[in-house]
Amino acid sequence: MAKGVKPRVKVPKTAAAGDMITIKTLISHKMESGQRKDKDGNKIPRSIINRFTCEFNGQSVIDVTIEPAISTNPYFKFDAVVPETGEFKFTWYDDDGSVYETAKNIAVG
Amino acid sequence: MTVTKLISASALVLIGGLAQAGESDTLSVEGQAMTTRVAAQAHTPNLDEVFSGWVFRTDETQALQMDDFENPGFVFVDKGIDLYAKVDGSEGKSCASCHENVEDFAGLRASMPRVVDGDVVSMENMVNDCRTERMGADAWKWSSADMTAITALIGLQSRGMPVNVKFDGDAAAQWQKGKELYYTRVGQLDMSCSNCHEDNYGNMIRADHLSQGQTNGFPTYRLKNAKLNSIHGRFKGCMKNIRATPFKEGGEEFQALELYLASRGNGLTVETPSVRN
Repeated sequence: MAKGVKPRVKVPKTAAAGDMITIKTLISHKMESGQRKDKDGNKIPRSIINRFTCEFNGQSVIDVTIEPAISTNPYFKFDAVVPETGEFKFTWYDDDGSVYETAKNIAVG
Repeated sequence: MTVTKLISASALVLIGGLAQAGESDTLSVEGQAMTTRVAAQAHTPNLDEVFSGWVFRTDETQALQMDDFENPGFVFVDKGIDLYAKVDGSEGKSCASCHENVEDFAGLRASMPRVVDGDVVSMENMVNDCRTERMGADAWKWSSADMTAITALIGLQSRGMPVNVKFDGDAAAQWQKGKELYYTRVGQLDMSCSNCHEDNYGNMIRADHLSQGQTNGFPTYRLKNAKLNSIHGRFKGCMKNIRATPFKEGGEEFQALELYLASRGNGLTVETPSVRN
């Protein structure tokens, strides 16, 4: 399992109905591409986050396939329209099968 | 005719240099206003005005520092938070065992380095003192990932406070030594710190926009190596650029220079962890 993996997310706490909000996400991960070799010439095995998804109240907002060329600590920034109060759920899928999750609530008033 | 052409060409270059400095921009980090320019002081007679390195960066780099989420330095600050609570060494202690709240370090970074009994004490010395004397752990290397993560976390507590390094009294001898190093030409290119950072700040050196070499944002996240960089690590980089043999990190030369440079930035706010190119 990759070490020091920590997801972080920035979502506004409140918004008006139908507002376009900006979401920023970052996960600390070494994103080892599988192309590199160590000092002895052995291939360093690939270890990356291969998929990132965001859902709002169960509805898909974004679903990203991540390839080995994505650099360390992948950062995503995207916009979403919020129709109602609810929860954004963020999920990152690691090559090793680990799943990292975090969620943020937003109040629409 | 030729002469006029030359003059107008050089005038254009000068205007270009000033416009790029972005000296009218103001820095606020997470809503907190920072002082990025202060009037020159008695001990900085060769500077028109004292500028933080932030004003010399491009708009994109400047923006990274204005939001803690966008600032890549905070990935390392988070590592520092974990390290702070991590037990290490024979005494079974972590930083947090003695220094319960890291917030108590507010103000420390603004006064560093200090002179104690004639020697310059940098933040790195204090961390390693604690590790070897009180935790029974191995000292960290000066610019290691662990060390810069902890110094960034401690430095962050002072963010927004004006740098106020004491350089008179006991510190005067070390300060003088640092000043001499600053103005001494070294290396194959035969350059001193002042040649770039005093005579030519605001000008381009090839593709790089020269700053005044202020230390108020260290440890600083650099886009070129995607990690936090210590003050002494940066000195080493400068010395390599002028093809000199770098002094040792943590050695007395760099420590004296650190003190002198910090004093030149008195009045600027601490920006740790800053973002630079």
